[in-house]
Amino acid sequence: MTGRNRLALATADVPLEPNAASRTAVAGVEAVCDPFGALYLPDTRTLVVSDLHLEKGAAFARRGSLLPPYDTLSTLTILDAVIGRYDPRVVVSLGDNFHDRVGAALLPDLFRDRIVAMAHGRDWIWINGNHDPDGAVGLPGISADELHFAGLAFRHEPSAVAVAGEVAGHLHPAATVRRRDRSVRRACFASDGTRMVMPAFGVMTGGLDLGHRALAALFDRQSLVAHMLGRDRVYAVRFANLVG
Amino acid sequence: MSELVALDPASLPARLPRPFLEWFASKGWAPRAHQLDLLSRAQEGKSVLLIAPTGAGKTLAGFLPALTDLAERPKRRPGEAHRGIHTLYISPLKALAVDIERNLAKPVAEMALPIAIETRTGDTPAHKRQRQKLVPPDILLTTPEQLALLISSADASRFFAGLRYVVLDELHSLVTSKRGHLLALGLARLRRFVPSLQAIGLSATVAEPDELRRWLVPQNPPGGLAEVITVSGGAKPEISILDSRERVPWSGHSARYAIPEVYEAIRKHRTTLLFVNTRSQAELLFQELWRINEDSLPIALHHGSLDVGQRRRVEKAMEAGTLRAIVATSTLDLGIDWGDVDLVVHVGAPKGASRLAQRIGRANHRMDEPSKAILVPANRFEVLECRAALDANYLGAQDTPPLVDGALDVLAQHVLGSACGAPFSADVLYEEVRSASPYAGLARRDFDRIVDFVATGGYALRTYERYARIRPTKDGLWRVSNPQVAQQYRLNVGTIVESPMLAVRYVRSGRGAASRGGPVLGKIEEYFLETLAPGDTFLFAGKVLRFEGIRESECYVSNGAGLDAKVPVYAGGKFPLSTYLADQVRAMLADPRKWGVLPEQVADWLRIQKDKSVLPKRGDLLVETFPRGSRFFMVAYPFEGRLAHQTLGMLLTRRLERAGARPLGFVATDYALSVWALEDLGHLFRRGTPSLGQLFDEDMLGDDLDAWMAESWLLKRTFRNCAVISGLIEQRHPGKEKTGRQVTVSADLIYDVLRTHEPDHILLQATRADAASGLLDVRRLAEMLSRVRGRIVHKALDRISPLAVPIMLEIGKESVAGEAQDTLLAEAADDLVAEAMG
Repeated sequence: MTGRNRLALATADVPLEPNAASRTAVAGVEAVCDPFGALYLPDTRTLVVSDLHLEKGAAFARRGSLLPPYDTLSTLTILDAVIGRYDPRVVVSLGDNFHDRVGAALLPDLFRDRIVAMAHGRDWIWINGNHDPDGAVGLPGISADELHFAGLAFRHEPSAVAVAGEVAGHLHPAATVRRRDRSVRRACFASDGTRMVMPAFGVMTGGLDLGHRALAALFDRQSLVAHMLGRDRVYAVRFANLVG
Repeated sequence: MSELVALDPASLPARLPRPFLEWFASKGWAPRAHQLDLLSRAQEGKSVLLIAPTGAGKTLAGFLPALTDLAERPKRRPGEAHRGIHTLYISPLKALAVDIERNLAKPVAEMALPIAIETRTGDTPAHKRQRQKLVPPDILLTTPEQLALLISSADASRFFAGLRYVVLDELHSLVTSKRGHLLALGLARLRRFVPSLQAIGLSATVAEPDELRRWLVPQNPPGGLAEVITVSGGAKPEISILDSRERVPWSGHSARYAIPEVYEAIRKHRTTLLFVNTRSQAELLFQELWRINEDSLPIALHHGSLDVGQRRRVEKAMEAGTLRAIVATSTLDLGIDWGDVDLVVHVGAPKGASRLAQRIGRANHRMDEPSKAILVPANRFEVLECRAALDANYLGAQDTPPLVDGALDVLAQHVLGSACGAPFSADVLYEEVRSASPYAGLARRDFDRIVDFVATGGYALRTYERYARIRPTKDGLWRVSNPQVAQQYRLNVGTIVESPMLAVRYVRSGRGAASRGGPVLGKIEEYFLETLAPGDTFLFAGKVLRFEGIRESECYVSNGAGLDAKVPVYAGGKFPLSTYLADQVRAMLADPRKWGVLPEQVADWLRIQKDKSVLPKRGDLLVETFPRGSRFFMVAYPFEGRLAHQTLGMLLTRRLERAGARPLGFVATDYALSVWALEDLGHLFRRGTPSLGQLFDEDMLGDDLDAWMAESWLLKRTFRNCAVISGLIEQRHPGKEKTGRQVTVSADLIYDVLRTHEPDHILLQATRADAASGLLDVRRLAEMLSRVRGRIVHKALDRISPLAVPIMLEIGKESVAGEAQDTLLAEAADDLVAEAMG
């Protein structure tokens, strides 16, 4: 998901509009879809992010493609801003926290210190993903394959059968709005009110279209809503209204 | 031919061995003067540029030095080592190399010369390539990419040790692109292997022959020029503009109105080549011709997106003379000599006089017979453009684009390739690179930054030292860190970056993913497919196809026969009007005495324009303003091509926005630009808030341009090309082709990250340099703004003018690439609210 807008927001002095986030509920639990791409659960003061893909640039560099090393820095800057915005008691990172298995272990101290500072005074749960099944080595918080908390189930990959109250990541949903001959594609939170798939939070991550079988099959299409990340607010668009 | 020479060996200006004399005599031919001239200069050890029109026997001229030298070479004794490549021939097209092999094989066989000639292209099977390394042919016909691969192998210096000549075909077309830069660097390397190497360049007529002459010889020290031989003349082509009985439309690019007349022309000739500017126009024309093809004439389609097998079948049929007509885009553009074409039809405007000359060269490929061509303008402005092009062709004017400095992304690729071959010294490589004419002015600092980029990415945040791809050894030579680096390099050689393409597979309707196994029809751009919804129809491979969906890296389509096709978007701005032609068009507009040669309906149109509004003088820029509906319009007529106009449109709307004119959008064509706003633009200009002089001031190319360019998708696409060519991201990766599109990192994301954190990165510099000269046509725009300073003519009208009609018809057809994408989201989101409230 592109980080430029969110990074500009994160570093801007201007606070966001009050209606910038999109309010919804997952299995009856109140949830706020934030323009930074994080989900906030006010009842339990829990902040959920997914698919940070930290050290993606470094992972590619290890394989010979010297992508810019700034993705981790940008992602952490945005994360810092959204933590500052909600001051959560609990932070849940829904897996693919690092782009590869060695990412956490080889994380430069510069970035490690930053995460340590962010985690100070909060509980931090790293859900393991398919990219980083071995856990977040050497970082504050605990690692787990899944978490049941606050009436919701947090895991990296969404289950094939509908599970009420499941919040997952992995698929990087993005939606495309078409009107006349123009279209805009943005990362989105996808939810039918029963379960949710989160957008990828990392700045150097791509997206999978909401219409793709792997995504659409998870939801009740009648009530599926894409909470799309706009420039400075989230737009909730019903699945049926994506193509006008 | 008047320039034929008598065949007395003693009187010949060059040494021509006996088999050649006998061969010419047996054919009743004599070598042409320029062929002998080139031979004699080559025999003196010189590098030579031959400039000659199509059909002048350029190929034979280019190969005579090699063939005669090889004919006189003593036979290889048993047990003697293989002698390596004697002559390297490089052409821009694979098909051309194959064609040349065929054309050379005949005389070589007839003279029974002991010369082995082979091609080596991307299509050559691996076992043959391997064998070529062990037992090289005497003459190797290849492409710039294959040369880059050859020089990056460890045994390159041995492989090329016996090289004597390098023959560069269609040099005029190679030098203007990044492929030319890659080739220039390869040539510099060959010269280092073999300092006595002679280059022979073959070129069509060009405006600046010296640029090509410099290209052929080392530029270190600068200023060296190759010898030049110019062959003038050839018979004047017979070109006409289709004088249609039908009404020529105001706008559009399909030329549908002229299809029956084009079909008539095909019927009256043996073989007709029909050229168009874009793939979608080719599809459309092909479709329309078949719709009325009552005689079932064999008419074929040929463009770069079609499946290779299908293209080869068409080429074979063409060669065998079984086709009556072939609809083609630029894939058939260069000097390929196929079949017996007696008519060239050009549909749409030819955009540049050189392009026209090149394309018309297809007909009657013999210099002494006139070529016959018909131009079919698709709209009224194109009538003017065709007329101007026609005059230009008669004048022999040439307008190949000016050469640009060697691209830095290509240099990065070359630096990595160098390390893959053998460890290199930066000092030595720098001198070698500067001997290539596109890089003669390269600063050492930029060179060093590129080496740093190749090694670790060249980032200020130096966290990649341990992942370096190349490292300096103790003695200061750079070598690759591991063998995978070389493997990656080999898979990514080249400068032609295709936009992401998906294979188009034919399935049965409605079955979707369930029915695999249909044939692949070709490849199509992902960008285009993203605009389609299942059920949409489009033209491809000459058929109407119904879009079924995308599965992994394939696009599934079914038969859409009988349905109306949603034609692929027109990509007309690809070739802007050349500066020269634009000037000719303005001159024609300004001078009613020149309208006599125009079709009556077009001349009429201009006369009415003169009555109702004004026709600009040749050097002036006309700006009309008028109200229409609830909007106020301004239409400017710079004739600088769609890209330059698009850039101008973006910049003008930014300025009008600041001036409070509340602009809503704009549309650009090759000829004009229209901007509409809520405020009365004519009134604002008259009041001087702003004045047109201020609005069109050159300072818009400063901050406004920078700000806009940074966000432009054109720049992102340029960045993607630079990133692939420079090796930052991969075109292909071993074993990764099948794992889907999500695996690769989108270049747009990298661009955003890099721009935020390191805006001065060398690759962003390279991107901006590319965009300025290429996609955005900023150079063209700058020249125009400076030309029209103080020469802007404002005509305030109370209604639309005749000249404005074509562009006004484009409004609504063209998507206006505005900035406010979020408004679209807001619109969709509001739906939800309205629904919820209702």
